[in-house]
Amino acid sequence: MTDLTEGHVPSVIPGVRSEAARRAAVLGLPTRFTQRAGNVGGVGESVPRPDGVLKVTGEFAYSSDLWHEHMLWGHLLRSTTAHAEILSVDVSEALATPGVHAVLTYDDLPAEVRHYGLEIQDTPVLAHRRIRHHGEPIAAVAADHPEIARRAAEKIKVEYRELPVLTDEKSATAPDATVLHEDRTDHHAPHVPHPNVVHRQPIVRGDVERAAARADFVVRGEYEFGMQDQAFLGTESGMAVPAEDGGVDLYVATQWLHADRRQIAPVLGLPEEKVRMTLAGVGGAFGGREDLSMQIHACLLALRTGRPVKMVYNRYESFFGHVHRHPARLVYEHGATKDGRLTHVRARIVLDGGAYASSSPAVVGNAASLSVGPYEVDAVEVEALALYTNNPPCGAMRGFGAVQACFAYEAQMDRLADAVGMDRVDFRRLNAMSQGSVMPTGQVVDSPAPVAELLHRVRELPLPAERPWESGGGGVDVRALPGGLSNTSHGEGVVRGVGYAVGIKNVGFSEGFDDYSTARVRLEAAGGEAVASVHTAMAEVGQGGVTVHAQIARTELGVTGVTVRPADTRVGSAGSTSASRQTYVTGGAVKRACELVRERVLELGRARFGAAQPGWSSEGLRLEGGKVVAGDGTVLAGLAEILGDEAVEVETEWRHRPTEPFDRVTGQGDGHVQYSFAAHRAVVDVDVELGLVKVVELACAQDVGKAVNPLAVVGQIQGGSTQGLGVALMEEIVVDRTTGLVRNPSFTDYLIPTILDTPPMPVEVLELADDNAPYGLRGVGEAPTLSSTPAILAAVRAATGLDLRRTPVRPEHLTGG
Amino acid sequence: MEFLRPASWEEALAVKAEHPDAVPLAGGTDVMVELNFGHRRPERLLDLGRITELGEWESDGPAVRLGASVPYTRIMEALRSELPGLALAAHTVASPQIRNRGGVGGNLGTASPAGDAHPALLASGAEVEAVSTRGTRLIPIDDFYLGPKRNALAPDELIRAVRVRRAGGPQQFAKVGTRNAMVIAVCAFGLALHPESRTVRTGIGSAAPTPVRAREAEEFLTGVLEEERCWDTGRPPPPSAARRFADLCSAACSPIDDVRGTAAYRRRAVGVLARRTLGWAWQEHRGSARVTEGAA
Repeated sequence: MTDLTEGHVPSVIPGVRSEAARRAAVLGLPTRFTQRAGNVGGVGESVPRPDGVLKVTGEFAYSSDLWHEHMLWGHLLRSTTAHAEILSVDVSEALATPGVHAVLTYDDLPAEVRHYGLEIQDTPVLAHRRIRHHGEPIAAVAADHPEIARRAAEKIKVEYRELPVLTDEKSATAPDATVLHEDRTDHHAPHVPHPNVVHRQPIVRGDVERAAARADFVVRGEYEFGMQDQAFLGTESGMAVPAEDGGVDLYVATQWLHADRRQIAPVLGLPEEKVRMTLAGVGGAFGGREDLSMQIHACLLALRTGRPVKMVYNRYESFFGHVHRHPARLVYEHGATKDGRLTHVRARIVLDGGAYASSSPAVVGNAASLSVGPYEVDAVEVEALALYTNNPPCGAMRGFGAVQACFAYEAQMDRLADAVGMDRVDFRRLNAMSQGSVMPTGQVVDSPAPVAELLHRVRELPLPAERPWESGGGGVDVRALPGGLSNTSHGEGVVRGVGYAVGIKNVGFSEGFDDYSTARVRLEAAGGEAVASVHTAMAEVGQGGVTVHAQIARTELGVTGVTVRPADTRVGSAGSTSASRQTYVTGGAVKRACELVRERVLELGRARFGAAQPGWSSEGLRLEGGKVVAGDGTVLAGLAEILGDEAVEVETEWRHRPTEPFDRVTGQGDGHVQYSFAAHRAVVDVDVELGLVKVVELACAQDVGKAVNPLAVVGQIQGGSTQGLGVALMEEIVVDRTTGLVRNPSFTDYLIPTILDTPPMPVEVLELADDNAPYGLRGVGEAPTLSSTPAILAAVRAATGLDLRRTPVRPEHLTGG
Repeated sequence: MEFLRPASWEEALAVKAEHPDAVPLAGGTDVMVELNFGHRRPERLLDLGRITELGEWESDGPAVRLGASVPYTRIMEALRSELPGLALAAHTVASPQIRNRGGVGGNLGTASPAGDAHPALLASGAEVEAVSTRGTRLIPIDDFYLGPKRNALAPDELIRAVRVRRAGGPQQFAKVGTRNAMVIAVCAFGLALHPESRTVRTGIGSAAPTPVRAREAEEFLTGVLEEERCWDTGRPPPPSAARRFADLCSAACSPIDDVRGTAAYRRRAVGVLARRTLGWAWQEHRGSARVTEGAA
């Protein structure tokens, strides 16, 4: 049994001056692991999370818990309309409010750069002349107390001239549609069919006309995917502390410190090195923290007032404070021969990107390139695009474009199987891709792709008992029924359904992006024992990277004591905690840095002891149990002995193999780093009279290459599956089609699954190594989010006999009323 | 904002008389949310937390006099046999944490059509004990709800208790929400059989501007049970009558389309709940009902 005791952070963090700032810097994770005996806690072990107990007992310090003496509170005024011209903004009354220290509008921005954006810098820091979506920030207030700031913001007078809202493809791409971003200079602009199209990516492979002519069966369908929210529990928050050198220290919950800094510094008019960032405790992310939220506003207010400024969104504001998953309309045509072979796929995927680009272009690339799913099809004609509209901005969320496509192609696969007259799972397995298959982009899938096996695994699992509410010995347990504690059924109207789905997700940043990470690893002797420390800028957002880094260091360096240092910008970029990439890429960087440290340690050892001991010149020396061990098991020296007073430290960048952009016309190109696959079987009970659904069981099989931390892997799979369940049955941001206003920005009306909605989730983990990846691992976090939704929809269709084309399913969709 | 914290009920009434705009605060499960989100900024809050008798209940002849602040958790645990409909409704209120804080007085004070207690109170028959320095009046529950979030309280009155008729027969409560727990009602239905008076009462939530009874449905069913001699024989009402009862319950709704559901769905679902709860209640009346684990 691994014996890990939660330690404490180092008592002094260099470069952080005040006690409060130091406190802020170390909020978040306790980062020191100590172990008492044995070389355990390495790669492949279920090492417990250091933040787990703290989180469930309410003791974890989140970014919203930051505190500083003399700090002010920041607050934003946001638009109450979705599309308008701003005629005037009068802040005089707000500014005159006692306790208010600053009120900033667009005109107060200090530098030439006044926009930001992950890929296209189209988002104004504060609105300028134009409002493009409901809840757009217009002014920032700093005050002694959050309530004073809030009330002062209410005193700001904004005069609008309302403009017609663009809320769908038709209104956005009409020839005379208002152009939402005039004078676009981004690199997609010259290639789009309409200025309100952010990016369009076709994929063309094979002769679709000819293939379609061979089809004995063709199914066509139009599908709709609602707008999902990441619904992380910790709202956007952080603190900016002005520094004596004119710079600023920012403590914030984010997914990528360096990308934040790249966008923040130019708006502040500061060089990047004067914007020092430290990760504060993150309460979930799921893509919703890739874009900036309060970062720039807090820094601006801190620099203007000379005081630390804290900002915390409340839940209502949070729904406006981050991008959502793109809602989508998808039109598919699938064909198959009599013997069940896919002939061709045609697809058109329209993603609503909302008012600003965010990561829409990359989402389009994913939706297009993964649009066919994990199937072999030689003839493909696909178009995916993202719109600019006056709806809320959409961007990254777990699954990133692959989710919407999977929902549609898996519905199609069921319908096509039915048309052919084959079992739905058999039909999928017959057409499943495998290692060596070619993607619609022309990319060869060159590592294991056990799609058929995953489907087989979930199908072979025993089915849960029928009518589980009767299992208690004669009574009825309403918790096991649709409606649950609401007591809507004692078995009446309840019909069971089973559905299957499988999906494909890319891992890592694609399309030629230089997707590297940096790690600094240090090995030194302390108290007669060699200890390691790992320093990266990886944002721990709950994925468990902090255990992974320590595990890698233990495995590579043969030590037990590993300190994982707080993530900050004093080390190079780790890239984003997204795209299922951190264990692969920053894990890869930590591994590489450890290897370099090991080489230096061995050099040191050879220099010190090599002459006396011939074993030092043998091959296959390894670091194990705090010692250098020869291939034959001979212990050559203790690491502490070799190191003496010397510390070995290496900082290195690490890259996965390069990718290339998709051709703008054909979509061909080796655009992705790695693919990951998961399959689900959903078992549901539907109350067909009331349209209420109880998911009875949601089984998943996934290939993870190598389970670096098996417990964390299962947690990712179950969490992803649950997020897929949410958007199948309840999660949707409802936007009024005529006004563009968000109708349910609260957890009262944006529902996420409770424990009673979350079923048992048996998980089958396959470990088929990808030889290109560190330890053969495969990114885990997103694939389970894909197939969960279509599996549940398939099960609901099976129970109701309804041809459901939209998600989430609402009760009235199932009752026809 | 002035925070008033009377030590006794008499003091609370005096404060309310002096400051009729003071917003009463008990469990805070409605008021605090409104304050936190800036939906409401009253000049004065009247905290009733020190008045312990509001958290107590007692027998009062044919009724239970239920203090306004008795938390839903206590209703579920302690009043299952006396007030089964209200206990079932209490079980569907929000989360365990909220049920530990919230009470029926808050539901009545807020008078939202979605309050979970209302259908059960309407079906059981209840009187709201409204008290001011001028005296006490008992407002029949049928006259209490005046409009969306409007009730019959005078500005200087506080809710001391609700007197709920002790169940003389089976009671049921069912609520539709779009998830299996912790959800605001899309619609809800309460049913009480009153064998002693050979009548039936209903309550509908979230399907009209106020909580309402389906009076025509009640009269129809009461008539059928009499005509078919159901009370005497124990035979259930004929299926056609149950369907007609359900249809009349649907017809008693005047719902709207909103973000939680459509009007058409609400009307239909109320009918389904009416038919099902009638079946369960009658089964229980005949002594053949099964235990429902997990529900109250």
